[in-house]
Amino acid sequence: MSEAALLNVKNLEAWYGESHILHGVDFSVRKGEVATLLGRNGAGKTTTLKSIMGMVAKRRGSVIYEGVETIGLSSDRIARLGIAICPEERGIFASLDVRENLLLPPKIKSGGLAIESILDLFPNLRERMSSQGTKLSGGEQQMLAIARILRTGATLLMLDEPTEGLAPVIIEQIGLTIKKLKESGFTILLVEQNFRFASTVADRYFVMEHGKIIDTFANSELSANMEKLHAYLGV
Amino acid sequence: MWGKRLNFRVWIRGAALTRRFLAETTPSLALRERAAHQPSLPMFAINTSALFGQLLVGLINGSFYALLSLGLAVIFGLLNIINFAHGALFMMGAFCAYFLLNLAGVGYWGALVLTPVIVGAFGIFLERTMLHRLANLDHLYGLLLTFGLALIIQGLFQNYFGSSGLPYAIPPELTGAQNLGFMFLPNYRAWVVVLSAIVCFATWFAIEKTSLGALLRAATENPALVRAFGVNVPRMITLAYGFGVGLAGLAGVLAAPINQVRPLMGADLIIVVFAVVVIGGMGSILGSIVTGFALGVIEGLTKYIYPEASNTVVFVVMALVLMVKPAGLFGRAS
Repeated sequence: MSEAALLNVKNLEAWYGESHILHGVDFSVRKGEVATLLGRNGAGKTTTLKSIMGMVAKRRGSVIYEGVETIGLSSDRIARLGIAICPEERGIFASLDVRENLLLPPKIKSGGLAIESILDLFPNLRERMSSQGTKLSGGEQQMLAIARILRTGATLLMLDEPTEGLAPVIIEQIGLTIKKLKESGFTILLVEQNFRFASTVADRYFVMEHGKIIDTFANSELSANMEKLHAYLGV
Repeated sequence: MWGKRLNFRVWIRGAALTRRFLAETTPSLALRERAAHQPSLPMFAINTSALFGQLLVGLINGSFYALLSLGLAVIFGLLNIINFAHGALFMMGAFCAYFLLNLAGVGYWGALVLTPVIVGAFGIFLERTMLHRLANLDHLYGLLLTFGLALIIQGLFQNYFGSSGLPYAIPPELTGAQNLGFMFLPNYRAWVVVLSAIVCFATWFAIEKTSLGALLRAATENPALVRAFGVNVPRMITLAYGFGVGLAGLAGVLAAPINQVRPLMGADLIIVVFAVVVIGGMGSILGSIVTGFALGVIEGLTKYIYPEASNTVVFVVMALVLMVKPAGLFGRAS
């Protein structure tokens, strides 16, 4: 694939217990782009992110990040290579306040954002620093979940459905944030059901079905592929 | 202290027997006696030195309850294991102090530092070789494994040392007592209460107020995600088990000069400690400390008011608390 691939996923398979979820996923993410995994519920999007992160017990194939094969590594080792995840359920820790949640992920490399610039991106969090994590609104929790992976020095951010269940005005804010993060040099792998949102931020799309990538196109080819996409996503 | 309690019981029982005897033989005399003496019946006279003596015994027991249930809370939080071996490890702490003194010539103060490390290291060995294999299984497996370990460890010690106790002297710096006016306070017992309170507070502070503690709390909630942030969670879990077990070892050293060093000293204590954990709320740090000290005191008070109930009062409290708050006083409903 592309020369400048930051992440190269080849023939990735994954299982939850006995059920075979991913059946050979192939795609790559270029440095500095926003890549988006699209697909219906149960297509394997979240499992793909979790498999890249090493959070699935049984996986096979190849995931190469910056030239390092990560398929045999534990998730803490993978994280230390520079990959960070913002999970679908947001994963805000209830027994920690906002500041503790924000400062929880350890720094793994230099080059992460400073707390001040993170709070400039998410001004809502500034006043809520000592609130309990789960007392935040859904939108604030989502912002906190993104904010806390920005200071660690990770360069590939995997965001799992960051707009799920949020009000349009907050979705818009998250879209702006993703664009800003791209400008600051982060590479983003996004999982989205909300295609309208994805189309405002994504550079490339990977469509998943039954645990495989079935189609790939760039944002510029979007209008030409619209009909196909509607069929894939059932929207 | 124990002698005083026994005398007190004999005294109450004796007075009651005398009254019953009088009532059965000479009713009129009994009536006269009751009329004359009712205001100063023994039940209503407050014997301050007995009361404070029992409260102190309660505080001492409470110190052990708190140290042990705190370790159980840390372990349950991170490993999801109900560590039935805790009592046996507490006993090993006391034996470790005994061996250090008699085999290596290391005295009390050295044992106070070394024993938690040695017992903690043994705990780490148990976690690495056995417990970590149960990580994703039902509570029941951890409970069975640690219960079996407790029986094996206690059995081995009983086999070699019998069931009677080995003596361990109070360190010379802590012998003697303070006369507080209303009671005598033995220095060693005061030391146990103060040191336990300090260790409990320090542990609470480290877990609730520091960034390392935030990592521990987060790993208690969602270990997979904390690991995906780049933290070596399995190593943290191993160390946490070692720490919880080390606390049991420390409690064992503290207990050695008070109780004798006996293979079953932990087995006697651990049942009450589990009641404390349930009352405080499984896995709650603050709950285990507060409930530990409080139940010790409640037990002590019961020994003064109605000695017959002192062995059951903790379980009565447990039943009452569970009826009102099934998750325990400080527990979060899951």
